[in-house]
Amino acid sequence: MKKFDTKVQDLKYRVLREVAREHWSGTLAQNAIDIPKKIVPGKIPTMRCCVYKERAILAERVKIAMGGDKDNPNVIEVIDIACDECPIGGYEITNACRGCLAHRCEQACKFGAITFDKNHVAQIDKSKCRECGACSKVCPYNAIYNYNRPCETACKVKAIHMGEDKQACIDNSKCIACGACVYQCPFGAITDKSYILDVIDILKGSENNTKYKTYAIVAPSISSQFRYAKLGQVITGLKKLGFYTVIEAALGADMVAQAESKELAEKGFLTSSCCPAFVTFIEKSYPELKEYISHNLSPMATIAKYIKEHESPCKTIFIGPCTAKKAEIQREEAKPWVDAVMTFEELQALYDSKDVDITTLEEGVLDNASYFGRIFARCGGLSDAVQEGLKEQNIDFDLKAQSCDGIEACKLALLMKSKGRLDANFIEGMACVGGCIGGAGCLTHGEKNKAEVDKYGREAYEKTIKDAISVLKP
Amino acid sequence: MINLTVCIGSSCHVKGSRQVVHELQALIQESNLADKIVLNGTFCMGKCQQGVCVTVNDEFYSVEPNAVKEFFESTVLPMVK
Repeated sequence: MKKFDTKVQDLKYRVLREVAREHWSGTLAQNAIDIPKKIVPGKIPTMRCCVYKERAILAERVKIAMGGDKDNPNVIEVIDIACDECPIGGYEITNACRGCLAHRCEQACKFGAITFDKNHVAQIDKSKCRECGACSKVCPYNAIYNYNRPCETACKVKAIHMGEDKQACIDNSKCIACGACVYQCPFGAITDKSYILDVIDILKGSENNTKYKTYAIVAPSISSQFRYAKLGQVITGLKKLGFYTVIEAALGADMVAQAESKELAEKGFLTSSCCPAFVTFIEKSYPELKEYISHNLSPMATIAKYIKEHESPCKTIFIGPCTAKKAEIQREEAKPWVDAVMTFEELQALYDSKDVDITTLEEGVLDNASYFGRIFARCGGLSDAVQEGLKEQNIDFDLKAQSCDGIEACKLALLMKSKGRLDANFIEGMACVGGCIGGAGCLTHGEKNKAEVDKYGREAYEKTIKDAISVLKP
Repeated sequence: MINLTVCIGSSCHVKGSRQVVHELQALIQESNLADKIVLNGTFCMGKCQQGVCVTVNDEFYSVEPNAVKEFFESTVLPMVK
């Protein structure tokens, strides 16, 4: 079964694996420089113009696997030399244009940008075109194509633009670290910094959990990942890597659902605080709505805080689908509780760096949270959980939730709210389409993932939020 | 003071640690010993095969969810007195 969606992910994984391997054995400083040649041996290029460029780019990937540019606060980084400087022509007429009679494109264009040559073939006047795309939508031959950079198209918050040398540039004042560009760039030129070395240092430093215990906190979207093995094997694999035990972030989600439903009833209107990219988006683009952001920590930080307060001395490492979580733990409110974040991609690299073949392991158990905590992983789950929280606590509040699937939907809901036209009292904001299962750090993305999360939710031993959190001390 | 700790990690959880916690809570209350017994939860004691794992002042016990009362009466109560 395939481990990744794309070859870019596979390449990133191989770099991470080699970096991790060297770090486990304490030889990274000497051997980091040899990693590119190890991955691209010989003289025949398979990805770029020559092996030397391939290795130069790999050397940059090694740096990012080791934490990347320390001077750049953003966890998302562009590898300049990997950027292929894709053309950005905008809307253009292709040779599929048949010079038809109808001229729907001309009718659709509100700016008079479409004219016709002597063969009746459409032309776009670039000085008039406003890139609205109306012509493209109405052409029966699909003859009008939008030449846009995949990174710019992926970035719905418009944080990516073309730099002086035509390479992609990220505007840190707009970027929400969602990682959409990371997943979409066909050349792998934008990537998330890795803190896999911190993870290894923490695991090594625990000296088999004798100095302190290392807790893995895993996101519920894990149920849709590592499909070539059983979830129980993934859990056992984590213990083989040196984690003391594994706890569901979904239990933190149960705690959040309980508290957030109360907070909502008190305040009357809230926007969710689970998705760090959504929270950052509000702060950067709709600062006037900041006061409505729920004061709850995210499920990750909530459960990590609980662990830190009750299981000292310990370290907590979050493992999830999310690149924005790497940014979240730099924030004051989450920093004390979470020591490191890694993605599922990075976990795969970590397993293989230790030659842990999870398919051969016996199945461990992962069961702390309720159905509701677990379905936070997909869009709509958080709203369902808040509804349940209201019901279980007998709070009389008429929930009108707006579940926003992807940052564009979030943007729309926030815009409506800022204009006083939103017919809802709760905005569930998920920056990734589909929710966390659409996260950039997932190994694979698929249509079945939502069903997998729901199935995993139904398998939870606890059926209600109350029962799941009743064993925890307040 | 007696420290009574129940494992609430995954493995013990599916073996019924919630029931153990709830019953112990009720028993402590019934016997008016809230000031003498502190009930705690912890994630994993490293003895998952023997769950539900319980410690009384750091001494380990394996407790079946349907035998909580018996455990409380035969093990915990004598320690209080």
